Amino acid sequence: MYVAVKGGERAIANAHSLLAKSRRGDESTPELTVTQIEQQLSLSVDRVMAEGSLYDRPLAALAIKQARGDLIEAIFLIRAYRTTLPRFGFSEPVDTSAMEVRRRISATYKDLPGGQVLGPTFDYTHRLLDFALAAEGETAIEAPATAPVDADATMPRVTDIIAADDLIEKSPVAEPGAPVGDLTRDPLAFPAARDLRLQNLARGDEGFLLALGYSTQRGYGRNHPFVGEIRMGEVEVELMVEELGFAVPLGEITVTECQMVNQFTGSTKEKARFTRGYGLSFGHCERRAMSMSLVDRALRSTEFEEEIKGPAQDEEFVLSHSDNVQATGFVEHLKLPHYVDFQAELALLRQMRAEYEAGTFAPAHQEAAE
Amino acid sequence: MSAAPAYNFAYLDEQTKRMIRRAILKAIAIPGYQVPFASREMPMPYGWGTGGVQITAAILGKQDVLKVIDQGADDTTNAVSIRAFFAKTAGVEGTTATEKATIIQTRHRIPEAAMQDHQIIVYQVPLPEPLRLLEPRETETRTMHALAEYGLMHVKLYEDITRHGHIAKTFDYPVEVAGRYVMAPSPIPKFDNPKMDDCPALQLFGAGREKRIYAVPPYTKVVSLDFEDHPFEPTKFDHPCALCGSTASYLDEVVTDDKGGRMFVCSDTDYCEKRRAEGHHGHLYGGEDMPLEAAE
Repeated sequence: MYVAVKGGERAIANAHSLLAKSRRGDESTPELTVTQIEQQLSLSVDRVMAEGSLYDRPLAALAIKQARGDLIEAIFLIRAYRTTLPRFGFSEPVDTSAMEVRRRISATYKDLPGGQVLGPTFDYTHRLLDFALAAEGETAIEAPATAPVDADATMPRVTDIIAADDLIEKSPVAEPGAPVGDLTRDPLAFPAARDLRLQNLARGDEGFLLALGYSTQRGYGRNHPFVGEIRMGEVEVELMVEELGFAVPLGEITVTECQMVNQFTGSTKEKARFTRGYGLSFGHCERRAMSMSLVDRALRSTEFEEEIKGPAQDEEFVLSHSDNVQATGFVEHLKLPHYVDFQAELALLRQMRAEYEAGTFAPAHQEAAE
Repeated sequence: MSAAPAYNFAYLDEQTKRMIRRAILKAIAIPGYQVPFASREMPMPYGWGTGGVQITAAILGKQDVLKVIDQGADDTTNAVSIRAFFAKTAGVEGTTATEKATIIQTRHRIPEAAMQDHQIIVYQVPLPEPLRLLEPRETETRTMHALAEYGLMHVKLYEDITRHGHIAKTFDYPVEVAGRYVMAPSPIPKFDNPKMDDCPALQLFGAGREKRIYAVPPYTKVVSLDFEDHPFEPTKFDHPCALCGSTASYLDEVVTDDKGGRMFVCSDTDYCEKRRAEGHHGHLYGGEDMPLEAAE
């Protein structure tokens, strides 16, 4: 005799305890601490902060631990936490020209004021597995040699240098007191303004941005990019306090900024100038900042009256599919039961087959139902 | 169980609930129109009922009795999980009995028992836009709705008939609400569509990922799209329920062995259990081996 399957509640509780056990792994291995993750998996922490849109290193590290290293799951945990936090206000725009720079490179000039600073980069490492890291027990790491810091040396943004010659479009200036769009508080409508587009890209999935940025390089909406500058370091975040009448510093955050210098525009009415693509990300995330700036520039195609030829230039396509928390939820919801709908499909399919066999209906085309 | 102190009653903060209730009021005022709302990130994944959960959270009061179903059943894992969420964050009374519930949150079904005028049914909606599969762009579909330009949909249904002899839409079958907006009823089987028409209960639809809320007010005309010579037909079953013998309910097909064995049982578990308690028997329940014709 058939008995309807019961006990979903118990099954869920059991699945949760199995999950906890799997997360911990073999208990003879010491447990990871959140501090270890924060310190030694710092680029994972950066990605979780960027796509979780919450700058909090210990919380991001905790999320990574809880998610067993699944970064999208960790991002989801952070987002679900972030959504409950009260909003006190908006910070002032951060000034990246005043950044305490740890890395700064330009691909457009050999040398420039402030110089090129490689900083901590994988760029010129040979990707050979370092088996010394596999050995237990650590040897002291030599203090790296760095150039003496000149406290008076300024490091102007490369795009500002180009802009001084009027060779690149002007950077938009923030209007004081203008409302700031917040796509976590208002539903996104199309066409979206650039502030909301950048906000969307800043929390967009790194892999998605990377693939889109790559596609523009391969001809699906080319925009002739040059890396004007990538800089990474610490910037101060300030909040304007109405009662005080001035901005107070809240603290420092690490950000990566990419300013792309792109193909020029010009007409009989206007002098030719380079255009810009912009990328900014929490933490040290050059890949995402660069991809973001490529996609940002691609999304400005309409503004420059360029032909829309690639997916990266298609605003609705890009902005509707960039969020990996949304994407993973909807893709994975296919795991949920769909047997009611499947049954409805089965019934129609059987009916159509019966009619076919009885010769009562011959479809004009042999195409399957969607 | 009392609400966890760390969160507000029913999880969402009161400002968010107010924002959602405003969207709901607008939705009720314009039946079938999709109202954009500032959908929040919820502690369950998008696509798993975040829209329905936000609506339920926004309208839930302490005196409410909540029923949550998925595929018609109270005990499917996601229904269990959502019910547990509200038990934990709101401490409201839960029920599996359709007639006892004041709010019914559902995925993919409308209960078999007739809805009552003090009830609210909250649908979880994956894709709120009925025109989406015909036109991927939101900018386009919003214009089409604004102009009530639904020709594309009728052409699609017509093409189905020429290709398959039938409208090849068995669930999420488009409806016209109050003579104006074409609306996605969420992926309920078309079997359930007639229940939406002139329904005494308020029907609310929440799509969290797509950030849309829409509604069908009580006693509103809801018509499934069709043609005069190809009228809408709900799915029919050749079998009664194997457990309760009902011939009026939507059935799940259960595979019983690997030799083609199948049985059909009510998808609405509460309805099926109630009928059995009332003494109705299907051929696989109660030890009687009733022939199919004799059942019910």
